[in-house]
Amino acid sequence: MEFTIDTEQQSLVQAVRGLVGKTYDSSEARRAVTKAEPGFAAWDQLAEMGVLSLPFEATAAEVSLAAEELGRVIAPDPFVESIVLAGGLINSVGTDEQKSELVDAIAEGQTLPVLAWLEPNRGWSAQAVSVTYSDGKLNGVKSTVVQADRADLLVVSAAVDGGTGLFLVTDGYATETERTHDGSRAATVTFSDTPAVALGDGGDALAALEHALNLARIAYAHEALGAMAVALDITVGYLKTRKQFGVTLNKFQALTFRAADMYVELELARSAITWATIVAADEGSTPEDVAAAASHAALQVARAGRHIALDAIQLHGGIGMTAEYSVGHYASRILAIGQMIGDETFHLDRLAARIDDHTVLDPIG
Amino acid sequence: MRLQLSPEDQKFREEMREFFTTQIPERIRSKVIARQELSKEEMVESQQILNAAGLAVPGWPLEWGGKDWSQLQRHIWHEEMQLAGVPQPLAFNASMVGPVIANFASQELKERFLAKTANLDIWWAQGFSEPDAGSDLASLRTTAVREGDEYVVNGQKTWTTLGQYGDWIFMLVRTDPAAPKKQQGISFLLIDMTTPGVTVRPIELIDGGFEVNEVFFDNVRVPVGNLVGEENAGWTYAKFLLGNERVGIAQVGASQRHLATAKEIAKERGVLDRFASRIVSLESELLALETTALRVAAHSDGGKPHPASSVLKIKGSVLIQAVSELLMDIEGPAATTSWNSRVFLNNRKVSIFGGSNEVQRTIIAGTILGL
Ligand SMILES: Cc1cc2nc3c(=O)[nH]c(=O)nc-3n(C[C@H](O)[C@H](O)[C@H](O)COP(=O)(O)OP(=O)(O)OC[C@H]3O[C@@H](n4cnc5c(N)ncnc54)[C@H](O)[C@@H]3O)c2cc1C
Repeated sequence: MEFTIDTEQQSLVQAVRGLVGKTYDSSEARRAVTKAEPGFAAWDQLAEMGVLSLPFEATAAEVSLAAEELGRVIAPDPFVESIVLAGGLINSVGTDEQKSELVDAIAEGQTLPVLAWLEPNRGWSAQAVSVTYSDGKLNGVKSTVVQADRADLLVVSAAVDGGTGLFLVTDGYATETERTHDGSRAATVTFSDTPAVALGDGGDALAALEHALNLARIAYAHEALGAMAVALDITVGYLKTRKQFGVTLNKFQALTFRAADMYVELELARSAITWATIVAADEGSTPEDVAAAASHAALQVARAGRHIALDAIQLHGGIGMTAEYSVGHYASRILAIGQMIGDETFHLDRLAARIDDHTVLDPIG
Repeated sequence: MRLQLSPEDQKFREEMREFFTTQIPERIRSKVIARQELSKEEMVESQQILNAAGLAVPGWPLEWGGKDWSQLQRHIWHEEMQLAGVPQPLAFNASMVGPVIANFASQELKERFLAKTANLDIWWAQGFSEPDAGSDLASLRTTAVREGDEYVVNGQKTWTTLGQYGDWIFMLVRTDPAAPKKQQGISFLLIDMTTPGVTVRPIELIDGGFEVNEVFFDNVRVPVGNLVGEENAGWTYAKFLLGNERVGIAQVGASQRHLATAKEIAKERGVLDRFASRIVSLESELLALETTALRVAAHSDGGKPHPASSVLKIKGSVLIQAVSELLMDIEGPAATTSWNSRVFLNNRKVSIFGGSNEVQRTIIAGTILGL
């Protein structure tokens, strides 16, 4: 049983940390970037460093390590959305021709794809209903689509005869974009007789879509984990320096206990989320194994993420509420990730559906 | 990062499973699985089978019956034991006093006690807490005054678990009331419970059971040879002991097994749907806890407990309590008369003893977070 990372992985971590640490060296720097268009700034260097090719060339472990580093500085670059999720789907479902045309371009940062899968009022269901495909055309509405305006290529899930197909779209759609609370952009995308090309054979790709979503959930969970760890660090630092009633806040046991509880949650989240990555990286894992692991990781983001994010603000008092100070940005990003990967009820339901698969849930199988 | 056990560890796990499920009598294991109380004889019988196979005290030094296992192997040993419903070796012997004697006592005491301690020929009780010394253990007042070759012990211990079975009790006693710091005047003393002046009085707990006792000492004469290590250095040994007590207290294997039972019962009663999300939610938390235990085991080779062992204590106890609450709730009104609600009440103790969860938070805040 090995929880440590090897030297090559260690250098990946160092390299990514160095790079994004420079781009986003403070919360003011991040804020300046997210205020301007397109809202992220490390993309080209991430491509140069090879980070954008990780989902195509390395294992889930490397993808997660990179995601965690992005999470530590809450980098707004859409690594998970574009590369892990949309890129991953193109790589797993696309025809050989599509792959050779697109995958390298994505890894090199020349093409930025995003996946349009969520539909209004349908929770986190991967089954496409309101967007339909027939005769080379898409109709219907997708929402929420992260970075739809910046994307060069949309991968769209749509209802087809016999299931949910995947299609590539480059133009002919309308977007209505809003800022998300964590500094990103997201759009409602309307298709009306929008020309679309099948990704792969255009038949039912629901299973592949689910699997890609699960891998993305695990990577997202690592991003959240990185953010949670830093949110706790910042909070601990604050408790040691902020003075009230003539003493630093860490003299009040009620507050140190809350920090201790945040730490307990962080460590357990780290365990479950790391475990999920190990499952995803293991060649012997079935898609069902990965789905369950992703749900366990997502549950941690839902619970530990909220606990840590909200207590980090509370323990800072008023300063935690301000946009000038970093901790609120961390909380905001953690919450946004939680909303993207599915909430507690959604994942509990998914796990409950498999309750009879095992008597005891054993992490080492 | 790797998920699988190495082939050697996998083989080790299978050997453990095989041994526990075939060598420890079914009648004992099924009682553990049904969460019933074991008799003293059953606990002794089980520990002696383990000890004969060299599996009772793997954490001890090699020359006293320990094993050259990795922390991970110890974890596997522990988990498999719990999953199979094997009663764990008596903690007072195996993980508390044994390691203290092996590490700090005189050669004479080692030879006199260690083999019998491993084999549960001697049943040890823990005499630390007093009515006015709970979380603040160092404020204990039981005194040991030296007179020639003997200490004369006076005072009262309380909460002494299974003291009714105790042959010997390991004690923290005050030997220097004038020491500048209260931690400095404490010694670690071994006392034969049949010595005149020792009285054990049972305390009934809220579940109706009798597992703890008060122990009174009235001019009890103890040979000075029964002192462990040096006089007035007992606090050091106590801290060592308490660190060991915390590791392994998470009981993940047992909680997993109880949760599997809960699932079975819910199914039999046709209420699985109502409880499914609570069950999977607990499964998920136990998964995180066990993975944390594995991480702690993987990183604590070299003997020192990982600082995150307080995480295991806090969350382990909370989950033990949550699983027993679930078992009670599944039963509905029938729980008012059943064993399950008594276990639920009894399990309130796990967040109080072994360093209360508040004390563990203090440790995390101070030692890990530096607050
Ligand atoms: C079933 C059972 C079995 C036991 N078995 C044994 C045994 O075999 N041998 C033995 O020696 N002892 C034993 N104990 C004693 C146990 O270790 C003590 O109960 C424990 O140390 C707590 O002490 P206390 O009960 O005096 O509570 P107190 O110390 O009075 O604590 C009361 C409450 O205050 C909290 N508290 C105390 N100090 C602080 C602080 N500084 N900051 C925040 N919160 C604080 C505690 O967490 C608790 O919630 C047992 C206890 C129980 C319940």
